[in-house]
Amino acid sequence: MNSKKSLYGEFIKGLWENNPIFKQVLGMCPTLAVTVSAINGIAMALATTFVLVFSSLIVSIIRNLIPTQVRIAAYILIIATFVTIVDLVMKAQFPELSKALGPYIPLIVVNCLILGRQEAFSSKNSVVRSVLDALGMGLGFLMALFVLGGIREILGSRTLLGFQVMPGFYEPWLIMILPAGAFLTLGLLMGMSNAYAEHKKTIEKDQIVKDYLMTKESLKAEQGS
Amino acid sequence: MKLVIHMLVTLTVIGIISGALLSTINGWAAPKIEANRIAETERAIFVVQANAKNYKKVEDVDFELYEVFDDNDNSLGFAMPFEGNGFQGKIRLIVGIDKDLSNMIGLEVLEQVETPGLGTKVTEKPFTDQFKNLLVTPKINWVKGVKPDEPNEVQAITGATISSKSVVKIINDGINKLRSEKLMEQKVEQ
Repeated sequence: MNSKKSLYGEFIKGLWENNPIFKQVLGMCPTLAVTVSAINGIAMALATTFVLVFSSLIVSIIRNLIPTQVRIAAYILIIATFVTIVDLVMKAQFPELSKALGPYIPLIVVNCLILGRQEAFSSKNSVVRSVLDALGMGLGFLMALFVLGGIREILGSRTLLGFQVMPGFYEPWLIMILPAGAFLTLGLLMGMSNAYAEHKKTIEKDQIVKDYLMTKESLKAEQGS
Repeated sequence: MKLVIHMLVTLTVIGIISGALLSTINGWAAPKIEANRIAETERAIFVVQANAKNYKKVEDVDFELYEVFDDNDNSLGFAMPFEGNGFQGKIRLIVGIDKDLSNMIGLEVLEQVETPGLGTKVTEKPFTDQFKNLLVTPKINWVKGVKPDEPNEVQAITGATISSKSVVKIINDGINKLRSEKLMEQKVEQ
């Protein structure tokens, strides 16, 4: 890491600039599979965030003790431990949620978002930075999954978080809660976020050109006088 | 060589810590998970045997079976959880049946992974209510598109024929198993 970001910067980058879903396109399997409703998306994201934060914490603490040759094995061991904890706690305290998420909780072990952050970030950064990065990424993941789950739930079963938000005469679009709906929603959202980023870039570019021309003009005017 | 030992030690230490942590948490969670499962089964038994006041697990069979009783400890029949293959995966359901295994009392689907909006209709009232007081001898049949006119027929759900068929098949298989168990019992008694 050559250019050190501020601590706030480490946290906030996961929300938009490096959003795990829309920018890094990591962890697509749970994203597409569980977002049939907003509550499922939130639960999945919270479980993932918990695993991500604690794995990052542990990995960054022992990052200098792990030999490079076995680092992936060590990360997986640590991640799997926390995933099993989440799975057991969920089964014991929230059996309904655990049933709805089914096999996708154990599958967090191989969520590339988590392993990716350990390899790319926690193994090279201090504890505070790693935890902030994990929190930011988790929050970005939560936002993305909530939006995705919310849109699919509203259009596919006319409710949001279990409350009816669409009028009764609205016929739910079945396709939205089928896998195809996940791909459609994700594709549209990603397209929109890219279009927005592109738009912002163009504005910035125009602004720079304008500033340059203006300074040039004023310089000329100064020389002329 | 030093590196190999270092690698082995690191992974072993992480493994031991993780194992210890997990066994502690499992010790706390396992009884709760078991309690949840029992509560779920108990709720389902009283759904499929609406008049039941009490139930007892039947111990001398090799599958899960519960005998249910009314206030005066008269046997009302059985509640039997049973599972089989659906359209996309396993369907687990519980069947309430009377004492002579001739009529069904109720049906509740416990677990399924059918297509949302189509196959999942097998868990809903319009479908499961068809099984109330349904004749199960010689077996349950299903019809498609028309109203059932025999006492042992149910109507399959439009767009979810395979899921409906699977449910009927799972029930028939379960009841057959129960019947053969009963026959054996009678033979032993004779």
